[in-house]
Amino acid sequence: MMGEFKVHRVRFFDYMPSGIRCMAFNRKADRLALARLNGSVEIFNFSNNYFQEKVIPGSDSRSIEAICWVGCDRLFTAGLNREVVEYDLERLCPKYTLDAFGGPIWTAACNSAETHFAFGCEDGSVKLFEILPDKIQFERNLDRQKGRILSLSWHKSGTLIAAGSLDVIRVFDVKSGHSVQRILVDRGPAGTRNKDCVVWNVAFLSDYTIVSGDSAGKVQLWDANKGTLIKTHLVSKWDVLSLSVSENEDSIVAGTSEGTVIQFQLLSPTIGDAETQWIRTRTFKHHTHDVRAVTETKTSVVSGGLDTQLVICPLMDKVEVKSSESVLRKVIFPHRSLVSCAKKPSLLLFQFPDQLELWRLGGTDTVGKPGESLPVTRKPEKLLQLKRKGDDHICCSTISECGHWIAYSTVSSIRLYQIQCDNNNISISKVSKLPKVLRSAHQLQFSADSSKLFVASEQATIHVISLSRSECKHVHTFKPKSGSSAPVHLLAASADGQWLTSANRHCEINVYNLKKLKHHCMVPVYNSLPSAMAIHPETNNLLMAHADQQVFEFSIVDKQYTDWSRKLQKEGLHRCRSKWHTPITHITFNPSAPSQVMLHDTHMFCIIDQSLPLVDLKAQFYSRLTPKDMSETDRPSKNNAFKMCKKYQPLLHVNLLEDDWLVVVERPLIDIHSQLPAPVRQKKFGT
Amino acid sequence: MAELYEGFTLCGLAAGQSRENSGLLGIEPGRDTDHVIVTGAGRTVTVYKVSDQKPLGSWAAKQGQAVTCPAVLHGQTGEYVAVHDSKVLRIWRDEDINFEKVFKATLSAAVSRIHALPSSEPLVLFQRGAVRQLDALLAAPQQAVEEVLSEEEVIRWSSCFLEAEQPLLLFSTEKSGECFLYLQKLSPNVLHKYNIGSEGKGVCPIGFTATLEDKCITLMCLYSNGCVYKLLVSLHPSVEGEQHLPKSLLMKLPVSEGVLHRAAIACLEEGHIAIVGAPPSASTGDRDFLCIWKTNFPTPQASKELPGGADGPLWCNAGKLYVTHGKVLTVLPYRCEKSSLAAALGKLKQTSTQGDVYKAFCLYWGCVGVSREEVEEVLEPFLSCSPVSPQFQLGLAHIAVELLKRCQADPGFYPQSVLARLAQTGRLSHSSCPGFLMLALEKHDYFLAQLCLQHFPDIPEAVICACLKAFLSVADADLAQVSVDLEGVSLVDGPGQSLEVVQNGFSPVLLEEDSCDVQLTPPKLDQSSSWTDMSLTCPLFLQYLQYLYVRSSGDVYTQLPGLRAPTMTQIMDWVSLLLDAHFAVLVMAPEAKGLLAQLHRFVRSQVRLYSELGKIQGTLQELGKIKKEQEIGLYSIEVIELF
Repeated sequence: MMGEFKVHRVRFFDYMPSGIRCMAFNRKADRLALARLNGSVEIFNFSNNYFQEKVIPGSDSRSIEAICWVGCDRLFTAGLNREVVEYDLERLCPKYTLDAFGGPIWTAACNSAETHFAFGCEDGSVKLFEILPDKIQFERNLDRQKGRILSLSWHKSGTLIAAGSLDVIRVFDVKSGHSVQRILVDRGPAGTRNKDCVVWNVAFLSDYTIVSGDSAGKVQLWDANKGTLIKTHLVSKWDVLSLSVSENEDSIVAGTSEGTVIQFQLLSPTIGDAETQWIRTRTFKHHTHDVRAVTETKTSVVSGGLDTQLVICPLMDKVEVKSSESVLRKVIFPHRSLVSCAKKPSLLLFQFPDQLELWRLGGTDTVGKPGESLPVTRKPEKLLQLKRKGDDHICCSTISECGHWIAYSTVSSIRLYQIQCDNNNISISKVSKLPKVLRSAHQLQFSADSSKLFVASEQATIHVISLSRSECKHVHTFKPKSGSSAPVHLLAASADGQWLTSANRHCEINVYNLKKLKHHCMVPVYNSLPSAMAIHPETNNLLMAHADQQVFEFSIVDKQYTDWSRKLQKEGLHRCRSKWHTPITHITFNPSAPSQVMLHDTHMFCIIDQSLPLVDLKAQFYSRLTPKDMSETDRPSKNNAFKMCKKYQPLLHVNLLEDDWLVVVERPLIDIHSQLPAPVRQKKFGT
Repeated sequence: MAELYEGFTLCGLAAGQSRENSGLLGIEPGRDTDHVIVTGAGRTVTVYKVSDQKPLGSWAAKQGQAVTCPAVLHGQTGEYVAVHDSKVLRIWRDEDINFEKVFKATLSAAVSRIHALPSSEPLVLFQRGAVRQLDALLAAPQQAVEEVLSEEEVIRWSSCFLEAEQPLLLFSTEKSGECFLYLQKLSPNVLHKYNIGSEGKGVCPIGFTATLEDKCITLMCLYSNGCVYKLLVSLHPSVEGEQHLPKSLLMKLPVSEGVLHRAAIACLEEGHIAIVGAPPSASTGDRDFLCIWKTNFPTPQASKELPGGADGPLWCNAGKLYVTHGKVLTVLPYRCEKSSLAAALGKLKQTSTQGDVYKAFCLYWGCVGVSREEVEEVLEPFLSCSPVSPQFQLGLAHIAVELLKRCQADPGFYPQSVLARLAQTGRLSHSSCPGFLMLALEKHDYFLAQLCLQHFPDIPEAVICACLKAFLSVADADLAQVSVDLEGVSLVDGPGQSLEVVQNGFSPVLLEEDSCDVQLTPPKLDQSSSWTDMSLTCPLFLQYLQYLYVRSSGDVYTQLPGLRAPTMTQIMDWVSLLLDAHFAVLVMAPEAKGLLAQLHRFVRSQVRLYSELGKIQGTLQELGKIKKEQEIGLYSIEVIELF
């Protein structure tokens, strides 16, 4: 019966996101860069529905303490591995690294003219680097002081730098390099007097006020010229770990170990009074652990920390009512799929930064009615655990449809494995001789018949590799017609082996003819990044989902959008989904009924039957809110095109297998929380 | 809300009639709702088609004869029945031309009135109190008629009803200052007599009207001291003999000199009564007004001044009031809106109210080119006059509506001070002048907006939302110039004091005699010292929200579905938004200190309550969990059906 499925409910994908260490918001580009504890860097495009646009995989050798934008498109990090890294934002890997020679780097700051970097080092030095068009170059040290430099902030003029250290804040004259002001910071209350007060953060305001956040839970305001304390706000019993000043310097947000974010605003205590004060205003509590990073955009406070989630909290006084900006967003899962599935043999490949896991799904002998749980007669089996080599984290992976091939890539290498699976024996062999052209991939995809591997290279090209037991041969390299060097993040191949499509970060979707080995066409550019795409096995129509929740269907043969696509736009599928703000990360088709399209995001999956009319999509959607309460006759017609399921959450992957089997990969938040260290502050019952 | 529409003249009255004699004996319903039978005080009976203002037929008695009782239509036969010279009964049809030749029967006693009933024989009431059905009388016109009334007892008023196919006749009599009421039932012939009692020296009933509802006759009686009393007459009294009938005071008309000499009352639909001859408010003097009042709250709903003197009689037929004034009979169509919950809460849109005085003003303003100063000048004396009369309230709303229209049509026209004065009267409500508050917001007039919030008892949700939006987005600099009087907020004083019941924006309390000096908000424009220089609109708005919060948290379970009051969740959202956006400002404002403390106390008590609920919920929640937890391991196989 259409609409009835047997579900493999999988919760053994032990995915654990890494904590957020620091972030930087680029106002010009409207993008947020954040660095995680595992050394990975992510870029979120705030003007494109907060889509996770780019991910630069981490590395075991990298530890990031500070992240900085220069201009619109240069990104730097510095960390405890002593290194400063500039990233190539198209190839999504480090462009170069250099040692600052000051020991571990705790902090970095760029001046407002974006000509110089200052790095605060373990050895107590502040190092100035000049920013050149294609590199940065050491210029000089400021006077070295005792105690590590934990925080830095330039004055807008570029002539002064405030540096936070242990128990002290210093102000340096950039020109002379001398310390011109030394401000002693109080330690915490009695009992903690023997502990250093760590000045985790400083912010130098244009009016020569220095704001500091320290390990005694204080946010303090200082007069930089006189070195005097203006005001103390005790905001936490634990550390104030992060601080951010809004662009026009009328708001400060501070993140604490307790998981709170506290806002201060520059307000005049009396109306009409020109004199203003920093007044503590709002408190946000969206985190359970250390808030290691905060920043403020025009309309929201963005925070992240050890609890791994990125929280974008709208400032209701600054957002237009009812826009997408007025919703509190918590980004916990990546906006791409970490799971690949071989449908026929029912295999799942899980991608972790440091390993791959291959699982075979279990089974049952019995049948049951909807709502029932069936006894598991064959348990799921972990067939393989494949540790990566080297320091670099895995950035993409895939398994072939037949289940005999696995490929993964890091920023430094691509690996291909052949798997033999006879009854209970499993053997794996690495394909040793890969064509030289394969160095690193942004995306990997096997053809439907497993005869080819498509590799989206870091140079924005797509290599076609033919696979056989004996050898792997480079067949062809497709280059985008536009000449764009934007990284490809999605690949889709048609079932008949004729078509290959690729989507890149410039929103271009190219269609290549694999038989003729040439570029076929480009889908009209839509101004939102594609988040998932797939080619229909029978019609060869390309289905695309975009970061802004729109879904389109494009006929590859006719080189135009299909009627169904237009109807879907008219009926507004996105409106049904608009309650959620996570992008669709996967599109697939039902092997038993190819007219059924399945797409899913973190909160739901839905099946759209293309053979059924789309009329009254909205009405159907609303009438389906309580199907259980309705009797059989009251239920909306089974012939509706749109079927949705929200039973399983949060979803990392959903796929349709043969014979109306579904596999859903869930990752309950509680499982993630249980792996975090205990928070410093426990929520008490009833508070 | 009742309305009086523009009236028209049906006919002129015979010349030479004195004020005491209106010139008409009576108006009776014709063959359909559009026809009336007008019986002149002389010798004429005329049938009019009202909508055409045209006579269809007219009959006159011979010179020297006088028609002594209003002609009625015999509903069953289609014949007209009238009496002239007290004893001569005449019956005729439309086609009869010569009155002299129509059927004639001379009776043995003088007739007081004939009452027609739509589906029954007309009843003849004799001056001495006897009652006969017309057919029985015609069978033997000279039959003896008994004397029911004592000597010197005269019939003042009579009315008849049909209850369960049985005709009833109710009539009142007077004998040397004492009033009696008789209820005559026919077949079986039963007569009940009641003593209404007197109201002290010199006070006598001057007008009666009665309705039959639910086997009970409600009699309303207007006394010469302006009081309207309600008397309930049961159709099936248990006690025999003369009874004292208790009466209850329904309302008291504002009578300037203390005594009404002539006035008339008529009962309309839906608890409305029409009174002619008594002014709607004391301030308007003894000019002659027709006024519609609501009886369950004694509020004037509509009024019309009738030039030339009108003090009765008053007839009501098929949605129209007939009143004589000057030398004419005027027909005034009216409409009484059904009382509904929405109306009671002032939530029904109010269409324009009547009032010639205000109309004149409005016409004046309607003229393009009248400057703000001129408007202020014109209005100043008006606003300065005694502010308590209900007519004043009616007018205020009307003025406000007209001013709004003008403001909307002409963006440059904005008489701020006048609007503020209007709002400060405390007599306006949102339903009486929708758009008032929105105009203030449009013009960024936060002073006026906060006055509206202070004084309007019925601001709907959408408008509150708009206020909220405006206040959240307002620049602090704009607020700096706005003065807010927090002391004067009496409507929103917190949990102890509930809103007084306000009917369509009118406060019934204000109509009580002794409350003339009660004002919702003492106008403080002149007391600049009591105004705080540094104040904000948002404390006031917060106060309003707090009031809503406290109110709705009290009756969270009694909230009626469909009532357009903001829900608890919405109020919470608003409060949170406001605090979120202006918390710092509120904390810094000394005026808001008490308010915040009060809010905090209330929230704390709520939190305490909810934390207790939380414990209960936590306990019960486990019940639900038990089922869920058992099945979900790391892997399971389920069957689902998608809809």
